[in-house]
Amino acid sequence: MSRGTIQGREDFLNLISEKIGRPRSEHVERPEWQAQPQWDVFADENTDQLLERFKAQCDNIHTKVVETNADGLREAVAETIGGYESESVIMWDDDRLERAGLDEGFRSQMHTLGVETFVWDTLKGEDSIEFAERAGVGITYSDMTLAESGTVVLLNSPEKGRLVNLLPENYIAVIPRSSIVPRMTQATRRIHERVQNGEDIPSQIHFVSGPSNSADIEMSLVVGVHGPVRATYIILGDV
Amino acid sequence: MPLRVGEKDFQTRVNRGLEDAFMRGTVRSAQEQLRTRKQASSEELGDWEAWRTLGEEIRTHTLEHLDYYLEQLSDKVAERGGHVYFAKTAEEGNAYVRQVAREKEAKKIVKSKSMVTEEMSLNDALESDGLEVVETDLGEYILQVDDHDPPSHIVAPSLHKNRAQIKDVFADKKGYENSDNANDITRFVRGELREEFLDADIGITGCNFAVAESGTISLVTNEGNGDLVTALPKTQISVMSMERIVPTWEELDVMVSLLCRSAVGQKLTSYITALTGPKSEDEIDGPEDFHLVIVDNGRSDILGTQFQSALHCIRCAACVNVCPVYRHVGGHAYGSIYNGPIGAVLTPLLDGYEDNKDLPYASSLCAACTEACPVNIPLHEHLIAHRQIITEKENLGPMPEKWAMKMFGTGASAPKLYRLGSKQAHRVMRPWTKGSRISNGPGPLKAWTNFRDLPAPSSERFRDWFAKRRRSNSDE
Repeated sequence: MSRGTIQGREDFLNLISEKIGRPRSEHVERPEWQAQPQWDVFADENTDQLLERFKAQCDNIHTKVVETNADGLREAVAETIGGYESESVIMWDDDRLERAGLDEGFRSQMHTLGVETFVWDTLKGEDSIEFAERAGVGITYSDMTLAESGTVVLLNSPEKGRLVNLLPENYIAVIPRSSIVPRMTQATRRIHERVQNGEDIPSQIHFVSGPSNSADIEMSLVVGVHGPVRATYIILGDV
Repeated sequence: MPLRVGEKDFQTRVNRGLEDAFMRGTVRSAQEQLRTRKQASSEELGDWEAWRTLGEEIRTHTLEHLDYYLEQLSDKVAERGGHVYFAKTAEEGNAYVRQVAREKEAKKIVKSKSMVTEEMSLNDALESDGLEVVETDLGEYILQVDDHDPPSHIVAPSLHKNRAQIKDVFADKKGYENSDNANDITRFVRGELREEFLDADIGITGCNFAVAESGTISLVTNEGNGDLVTALPKTQISVMSMERIVPTWEELDVMVSLLCRSAVGQKLTSYITALTGPKSEDEIDGPEDFHLVIVDNGRSDILGTQFQSALHCIRCAACVNVCPVYRHVGGHAYGSIYNGPIGAVLTPLLDGYEDNKDLPYASSLCAACTEACPVNIPLHEHLIAHRQIITEKENLGPMPEKWAMKMFGTGASAPKLYRLGSKQAHRVMRPWTKGSRISNGPGPLKAWTNFRDLPAPSSERFRDWFAKRRRSNSDE
């Protein structure tokens, strides 16, 4: 990737250091913060306890939770799609979804039931976006899951399109039980470590907690302003 | 829309606010809802004071090394193929965005909510070039469609409008024919805006926090409009005010946690979106071109002064939601896009005292704002400092106020004089006192007592009462 341009920097930063009253900062060590309460939140809880918290929080964010295991995933997803009365589904091109059972076989089952399925396809460019725009359901897989806020963390990539969880009216996240952590603290540390190790991070990282909503009209909560109107989290027990 | 909005005269704006019974009702209930939710969700976190300390420490450190972190941020953005433009003034920032729009031969721009672009009047600049600019945050969209009505709250910009008014706006301007039910209105707006997203050439966003270590900008929203603004148009321009930056992802966690809880009482909003550069070559959604505009616009003048901590603000509006003055007069009375206590502190700093000399007086100095601030900005102390400057240096204040501030300044700094002064207060105020109330106070008290009585200084000072009480307790 070619390097971008930077304009107007020197004068701008020189003025800042002048106003602060010292020469330009050449190197700054991030200090050890005196208080770090974020690490104490649910620190001693095991996965079962965290999952209970997660499920309780999903009530607050208008998100339905379904628990299943590898054998039941196809059925759980099919039932959710049926419940949404949707006729078209788009999903990430993600091996983990395939392996969990949302594979060719599942798609042909859906076809028999009159539900059109589409897998996000980098070679099909605009077609993928157009399908996402008219699809009734979008399905993604959770890379990390935050118990405190009921959040799925989506590390986007070419195969894992940004619009899959945004454009369709209904959203399904498949959540492996093992992906759960107490809160955002653990997720951001992992990303921080990747940066420290010199790895590139995804061009978009999306923290999604339930459906789109707004309280801009008389402070009353309405769902689905721009993104999905309904969301279901399907928790997949580890094999 | 510039930094300053609405009627020029402060008293006219205040009176208008006080006369608007509906607005006062919604403001009161919004304050209560937001404050209660904030309290509940911050209690859940355990040690809220430790969180505030951490928030303050992070903001202080980052501001003290702002040049370093901005340099790191811009290098990282450029490494990922993004373009960075440092704008000293609003005009420079606007000129850059206009230039990008020209190069892209853009016709339509979709925006997600951004305070700094409001401050810069960016929409006006783009519209003067014949571009169509669409605000996509529901509250901002309502205001835009209603002939650019100014926002009245930092987090909930259309708070002053009721459902019937909002319905009428859409019926008049957009041919909306359904009910005034919030769900029906939202459904309609969803359809309208979806088309705009799909048509737009450029998406413009603000930036809640930029992460220096990776060149990432983050957007905190509940609606997900920021996500569509950045995923659909081919070009993305993010505009950030220079202080909205954290060193690493670990601090992003802390600041976002404080913001969501303090602003809306949520653990996290529905969407936190972290964007690093343009899309990669084989990605099919996301912007092909990414520009970051970093704006000073008067902020560097605040650095190194007694007001530096005002730049710690993370725009959560927690101070607004507890302010008794905001509760009575509403957001428009401040005449600034930044309202409430932080607006009264920040607006004179960014726009000078001349046109904003009334704002630091729009406060009861009860310090509820300081208590509420998640990053410990001493807001009421900044308001007092503004008053001192206005009365002493700028020669703008009314005479009695000058006299009072001088007395307070001398008195408060010399314990003996303070004791004498507070003993005298009861006697000095006697001409205006009826029973235990002052209903027609002199000088600086007049504006206050026009609306309510002020308790008269007690003939017994608190210090004396407390000393007496302690003595009698120890006697027992």
